[in-house]
Order: sequence, then C-alpha cells, then structure tokens
Amino acid sequence: MAQSLDKDTLARAAIGAPGPQRGTLGRRVRNTFTAYGFLGPAMGLVLFFFVIPGILLVVLSLTDLSSANFSDPWTFIGLDNFERLFADPFFPKILRNTVFYVFTTLIFFNLGLALVLALVTTNIPRRSGFFFRLIWLLPRLTPSVVYILMWKRIGQADPFGIYNQLFPEFLGASGGNLFLGGSPWTFVILTNGFVGASFGMIIFTSALESIPKDLITAAKVDGANVWRIIRDIKLPMIKWPLLFIATYQTLSLLTSFEYILLLTEGGPGLFTTEVWALTAYKRAFASYFGNSQWAFGATWAIVLVTVALLLAVIYVKLFKFNELIEEPRIENL
Amino acid sequence: MRVEIENLSKSWDGVIGADNITIDIPDGDMVAFLGPSGCGKTTTLLMVAGIYKPTGGTISFDGRVVNEVAPKDRGIGMVFQSYALYPHMSVFGNISYPLRLQKLDKGDIKQKVQKVADMMGIGDLLDRKIAQLSGGQQQRVSLGRALVKEPQLLLFDEPLSNLDARLRLTMRGEIKRLQKDLGITSIYVTHDQIEAMTMADRIAVMSKGVLQAYDVPEALYDRPKTLFVAGFVGNPPMNFFDVEIMSTNGEFRARSEAIDLVIPRDRAEKAAAVKGKITMGLRPEDVTFADESSSAGAGLTLTGVAEVVEPLGREDLVGVSINGVEMRVLVDKTKGVRVGNNITLVVNTSKLQLFDPETEQSLLWA
Ligand SMILES: Nc1ncnc2c1ncn2[C@@H]1O[C@H](COP(=O)(O)OP(=O)(O)O)[C@@H](O)[C@H]1O
Ligand SMILES: [Mg+2]
Repeated sequence: MAQSLDKDTLARAAIGAPGPQRGTLGRRVRNTFTAYGFLGPAMGLVLFFFVIPGILLVVLSLTDLSSANFSDPWTFIGLDNFERLFADPFFPKILRNTVFYVFTTLIFFNLGLALVLALVTTNIPRRSGFFFRLIWLLPRLTPSVVYILMWKRIGQADPFGIYNQLFPEFLGASGGNLFLGGSPWTFVILTNGFVGASFGMIIFTSALESIPKDLITAAKVDGANVWRIIRDIKLPMIKWPLLFIATYQTLSLLTSFEYILLLTEGGPGLFTTEVWALTAYKRAFASYFGNSQWAFGATWAIVLVTVALLLAVIYVKLFKFNELIEEPRIENL
Repeated sequence: MRVEIENLSKSWDGVIGADNITIDIPDGDMVAFLGPSGCGKTTTLLMVAGIYKPTGGTISFDGRVVNEVAPKDRGIGMVFQSYALYPHMSVFGNISYPLRLQKLDKGDIKQKVQKVADMMGIGDLLDRKIAQLSGGQQQRVSLGRALVKEPQLLLFDEPLSNLDARLRLTMRGEIKRLQKDLGITSIYVTHDQIEAMTMADRIAVMSKGVLQAYDVPEALYDRPKTLFVAGFVGNPPMNFFDVEIMSTNGEFRARSEAIDLVIPRDRAEKAAAVKGKITMGLRPEDVTFADESSSAGAGLTLTGVAEVVEPLGREDLVGVSINGVEMRVLVDKTKGVRVGNNITLVVNTSKLQLFDPETEQSLLWA
C-alpha cells in the first residue's frame, strides 16, 4: 500500500538512512559498520557472558566429567545426564519448590511489597519517604552471610530466637511456633523478599514520582478517592515498570540460591526448601562423598537456563513489550 | 454559585504562595487571576479546588465554608495548561471518568458524554487515544471532562498557554461563549493580560502572593490603584517618569531634568500632599505625534529623538529618548518614523497617572 511505502520513506528520512535504491556501496558498508559499532559492546557482553558459557554448559552436560574422573579424557555419554535428571525421585519436588519459591516471593514481596512501599513512601513528606526507602535498602547492602546469620538468630526455636522472645504468645498457644526448623519456607521467603522488594521499590518510586502532578489533581477533582487514583491512574501509568520488574525478578529469583544455601541448605530434611539453582550448585560443586559431578550439575543448569529463556520469551509476548519500542509517530497538529 | 475568598493564605515553611487574599465572585461571573509567573495564581486556585489546604482564611461557596470539603465534593470542574488528560484512556474514557466515579448508569454516561463531546466539536473522536489528538483537540477533551459533571464552578489554570497564537484566539472566544451560555461561575488563571481583559468580568491582579487590585477591566486600565497594576495591565506597558509637581501662576507642572509638562489641576491637586519626587505614568497611546496641523498649547509637548522603531503591523512602537529619558509611543505607521528622527510629541495629560514612589499606591484612585 502506498501509505506503508510513505511511512517507510519517512522513517528512513528521519534517521538519515539512505533509500533502498540510493546510496553507493561504500556508503552502505560504512552505515553497516556504524550500526555494528554501536551494537558491538552489548553483543560482546552477551557473547562472553551468555552464549559462550551456554555452549560450554551444553557440551559439558553431554559428558560424564566429575572430580572422580578428572584425570581421564572426557567421555561423551549422550543424553544420559538428562535421563538421570528427569528420573531423579526428587525432581518433581524440586520443581514444585522452585515454582512456589519464585512466584510467592515475586508476588508478595518483589512486586507486592515493593509496590506498597513505593506507594506509601511517595505519599508522605519527601524526606521521610527517602528515609524509609533507605531503611529498606539496607538488607541489600549487608553482606549475605551477616544478613542470614541475623535471620538465623531471629528464627531460632523457642526460647532462644529473637522472634520467639519478643512474641512468645503470638503464634500458637505455647508460643514459638514460628522458627526456622518448623517453618523453613516462611524464613526462606522473608529473607529473599526483604532484599528483593527494594529493587522494585526504587523503580516504582521513580515511576510514580514522574507521573505529572496535574493528573492526580485532575483525578481528585473528577471525584476519585485514594484507591481509585491508585487503580485508575497510578497503576496504569507505571504499567511498564511493573511488567519489567515482574519479568526481571522472575528470572532473577529462578537463578538465585545463595540465601537458601546459607539459611537452610535446602533442608531441613530431604529437599524441603531445595530449589533448582541450588541443586545445580550442589551437584556441580558440593556433592557428598567428595565427588563434584560437574557434568550433572551442568545438566541441571542448562535445563534451568532453557526454562528461563522460554519464560523470558513468554513474558515478552504476553506483556507486549514490543509496544514499548513502537515506532514514534510524527506529531499531527 | 457565589464564591467568597476571605483572607486566604498559603505558605510552605517560609515560602509564601498566597498572602491574605480576599475576592468575592458573584454567581455566574468569570473572574481572571492575572499576574506574572510565580505570583500565587495557581496556589490560590488549588485552594479553591481543595487540593491545597489553606494556612489561613476561608473559602465559601454560596455562603457555606468549604475549607474542609474534599475536592470531589466541591462540584468543580478544572482545566489545566497541560490538559492533564489520562493518557491510557480514550477520549470517551477521559470525558466519562467523572461520571464513572459517580457510578452512573452506562446508558446515561454514554448519552451525557456524547452531548458534551458534540458541544465541544469532538463528537467523532470519542474512540481516539489521547496521543492521537492535536493540542487544540486535547484541550477540548479536557474542557469536556470538566463540563460533563455539570459543575457549579469552573477553574481554568492557563488553559490556552500551550496552544499556538491562532488557536488561542479561537478557543478564547469559545470558552467565553460557553461560560456565558452555561452561566457557570468561573475562575480563569492567566499571565496574559489580553486574555484577562477580553474574557473576564472582573480581574484580580496579583503580585508576589498579594492581591494588588480586584476590579472590572476598564477600571484597572483607566484607574490603576497601584504602580504594579498600572505597569502590568496594558500592552505595550505604561511609561513611568520621576517628576516633581510645582505650581506656578495657578498652573501645575510636572517637572524633571528631562521633561516639563502642564498637567490638569484636578489630578495635580491630589498629588500635592506628597513632597519631593512622585511617579508619573503615561500610556503609549496617550501620546501622539505633533504635525503642522495640530497646534497643542505650550507645556503639552515633548521633543526627543526616535531610538527604536518596532513595526507592530498597523502601528509602530517607537522608543523616543527625551533628553535621555526613555518613552514608548504608539504611532500610526504612515508617519514613517525612522531611527534618528527628531520628534515632537503631544501628551494627552488628562489620562496621566500619579503614584507615590514609596508606597507604590496611586495618588488619584484611593
Ligand atoms: N507545593 C509547593 N511547595 C512550595 N512552594 C510552592 C509550592 N507551590 C507553589 N509554591 C511557591 O508559591 C509561589 C506561587 O506559585 P504559583 O501559585 O504556582 O504561581 P503562579 O501560578 O502564579 O505562577 C511560588 O513562589 C512557588 O515557588
Ligand atoms: Mg501557575
């Protein structure tokens, strides 16, 4: 259609690119080089930190490499590692744990609490808002080991833990129903959530603060109360940051395990709080009997990466992220 | 709805937004808040809207104090310079929002929105996204959203400042006509004195948070009560001179090193109380060119040299240096004034203004 042709020409004119027929070969080569020049650094990062490790991981997962046979040449064993993985009796449990951990932490903390914190701290005087956000940032600045040590102290069983000393009657008649060994998931999710919420909080805060004041005034005059302003104006206006944080934090939670490792090591008991990334780590580097099954660990990892990639694609499609980078229209006055 | 603003003040730890403002707006009138940027117009308007809480004073609607009433319960509609349309809603979504909040019946909403949109000439744009509209169309949507809930009071905060000059002229007329037809009491904030003069029944001139004058446009123009009002209202602005008033042989003269003019007795006598220098004001249009035919009496003319000539189309704005004192004069362009020309001016002294330079109050209009 003529219209699409026009649009194409206009777009080219706007970015100063030559038309399809025009432009000498030299010019085209130069343009191509410029484009790759700009793309280069980012592509380098993706190549070195994603593509190459990914390929190594795939290769590794097809071998039987472990610390036990390190001195021998590698043997390729086909898909044996994958068969072993899916046949693992704890595979369903680990999968369930991972889904539960990722989405509970995401919904209640990395999105939910983050949004509540952002909404509240932007609705109180600026200085107090800044102060409270700073407090919520502190756990992120604390070294993981120290942070988890504190939680362990908080979560010790009755009568030792700080929580159980402070609230002896709060949960359960005898008090002290809530302790790390008894409710490991609560603690796993709290430790991760309290750190995870601050990222969304910062992003949502800046997004909320960039909503023009006039818009809120207009809504108030139109008759909206606080809840309607949040629902009808604020949330729709921070749609993109919300979707971005949902995507980013899903992937980030999927691959995170260090707090769980420090807090429960996946226990107590067998695989109670073990998540996928933790299994990959344990197989590769911390297996019992002194054998690090590098290849088997790589198999867990590559499956996780594949799932994460699929999820990323689904999020991008589902949330229509391509609309975010829509071609700008030319202003029609 | 009658709106009474009494001793209204607003400050934020030390920063004064509005200082002791008193304005009485009769039912059905359109009042302009006029003043330079930062003088407290928006602050006052937002207090009337209920967005800012006054630090002092009261606002009454039809005799009822509304200081504690929430914006949504004040029966107001508001139009902003930025349009403040909800970008994620369609035109229909925007205009219908106040009605949806009132939980009106879907059919009623549709009908009311269509009626208002037709009135604003955007009836066929209801499905459009806001980003697909021009500035003028957006401002119509914004007006429609303000009108759809049939408000008792309309608040405009520089609604035309973002539009191009031509569109501003059209919209100015439309808003005025709409306001008169619907008879809705309105407050119109603007820094543009032509907008204020043409649209408002009364103008509240503000400066640095203080109400300088509140009167009908002609009165502000002909009888400015303060130096600020005299200088702010009127375009091009009034000329000011430091003079001393002397009486010799029953004649009053305004004199300085540069000028010497005979001035009317009735005006001069009111300035008699002030010793020393006073400020005399003359509008550019109250000074005309002397040519051979005009034989102005002695003491009513000034001579000088044209230093700047700005063509304004129908007229030229000429900056004349009278013995080193600058004066702006509006001149018919057929006179063909050139820079460097020697010029004789006849002053219409019956229109001159006199101010106390200390208090900046008018000596003529108490
Ligand atoms: N929310 C606020 N906090 C602190 N100072 C403010 C606030 N709003 C306005 N002011 C100050 O009050 C004065 C008047 O502002 P405003 O009413 O917006 O002026 P105008 O609308 O006439 O341009 C300005 O000095 C401005 O800096
Ligand atoms: Mg303003």
